[in-house]
Amino acid sequence: MKYLDEYRNPDIVKKMFEEIHAITTKPWVIMEICGGQTHSIMKNGIDQLLPDKIELVHGPGCPVCVTPLEQIDKALDIASRPDVIFTSFGDMLRVPGSSKDLFMVKSEGADVRIVYSTLDAVKIARENPDKKVVFFAVGFETTAPNNAMAVWQAHREGLTNFSILVSHVLVPPAMEALLSSPQNRVQGYLAAGHVCTIMGWEEYIPIAAKYKVPITVTGFEPMDIVEGILLTVHQLEKGTHKVENQYARLVKKEGNLPARDLINKIFQVSDRKWRGIGEIPLSGFSLRPEFENHDADKVFDLGEIKVDEPPECISGIILQGLKKPHECPAFGKKCTPQNPLGATMVSSEGACAAYYAYHRFEKTKSEE
Amino acid sequence: MCLAIPGKLIEIYEEHSLKMGKLDYAGTINSACLEYVPEIKIGQYAVIHAGFAINIIDEEEARKTYEVWEEMIEAAEKEGLDIFGMPLENE
Ligand code: SF4
Repeated sequence: MKYLDEYRNPDIVKKMFEEIHAITTKPWVIMEICGGQTHSIMKNGIDQLLPDKIELVHGPGCPVCVTPLEQIDKALDIASRPDVIFTSFGDMLRVPGSSKDLFMVKSEGADVRIVYSTLDAVKIARENPDKKVVFFAVGFETTAPNNAMAVWQAHREGLTNFSILVSHVLVPPAMEALLSSPQNRVQGYLAAGHVCTIMGWEEYIPIAAKYKVPITVTGFEPMDIVEGILLTVHQLEKGTHKVENQYARLVKKEGNLPARDLINKIFQVSDRKWRGIGEIPLSGFSLRPEFENHDADKVFDLGEIKVDEPPECISGIILQGLKKPHECPAFGKKCTPQNPLGATMVSSEGACAAYYAYHRFEKTKSEE
Repeated sequence: MCLAIPGKLIEIYEEHSLKMGKLDYAGTINSACLEYVPEIKIGQYAVIHAGFAINIIDEEEARKTYEVWEEMIEAAEKEGLDIFGMPLENE
């Protein structure tokens, strides 16, 4: 077993790997949902230390990767307007829209600002009453409380010049969509720890039961991931399908209740399109009608935005766990982190970028 | 984007009716909104996600998280961002 010395608790990790090797009798496909976990798996060579029978496939848990191209084009349209200050987290600025990215629009003179917290965007709105201040609200359940608080605060203060461009997606409906697809290969899930910090893990119970898949709420440290895999393999080998919580030190069954309350007050569940995957019913958040004046989709007249995805990009198939990045003909050739064709190459949480960074250019034995 | 950083709460204050705090992230001081952890006390550690405390954790756990945190700093630096997702040239 190579790399093992680099783990924080090499002895414990070694024991867990040995146990996984000892109990694995059949081939299993396990999906980690979160892009941060994908990154950590590649960096620490976790996939290479597993038995050949166990294949890890990489899920859609990278917010940058699944934000539809139309949403990026909308952001670019809004940001280019002279009366707008467009705010975003840094990782959205390099994501290519149909023809440009936010950095280019900024260099052309648009007022695009990177903020650390959504409350910073609210502050900019407070200080610039003559401008329309828009925040690009991208992300999973983890960022939803922050965006909910920004809207609530703007609403309370009567800051009618503040709005958010919402592109919020939810993890459990996507997990279910993948499981119900006829091509599904996933037999067990590692659920994303930080999403569960907010939402808890009750929602996963019916999914595990209906599709008979074990789901393990898993943290981000290499040790967490190895333990998550061990718990999942145990269940697969025994034929059970419970929800287990590997990340109990951070995740409570009910999640963070004050955060969930405000999310419910501000957002409603709605259909959302996922880049590369398509529309999934009830898989995202939109602002409730009461907060329409803070909804950039309603505040700005955006017309119909039509987009064309680069035809060679197979990121949608990769995000469903059906193929690996190195199976894309463009991977590492036409498509690199410097010149990304698809969003999974842009973000360091994206599977293509992780494979590129850690030189995974060939198939492993379990994929052959 | 899902990166969560542990910090030690050193000051509580109110800003525009929101409960806010100053936290020490291994030497770097930054503020965060505390509305989602209303019971937090000075000296406790919280996990911060993009300017919001989402969880209270014990000191041992905060220390352990540090290693992953270093990894994420590296990854962020590759993208030209600091640990808070801000461009490095602003530093
Ligand atoms: S390597 Fe590039 S083109 Fe191929 S799937 Fe990944 S992002 Fe798309």
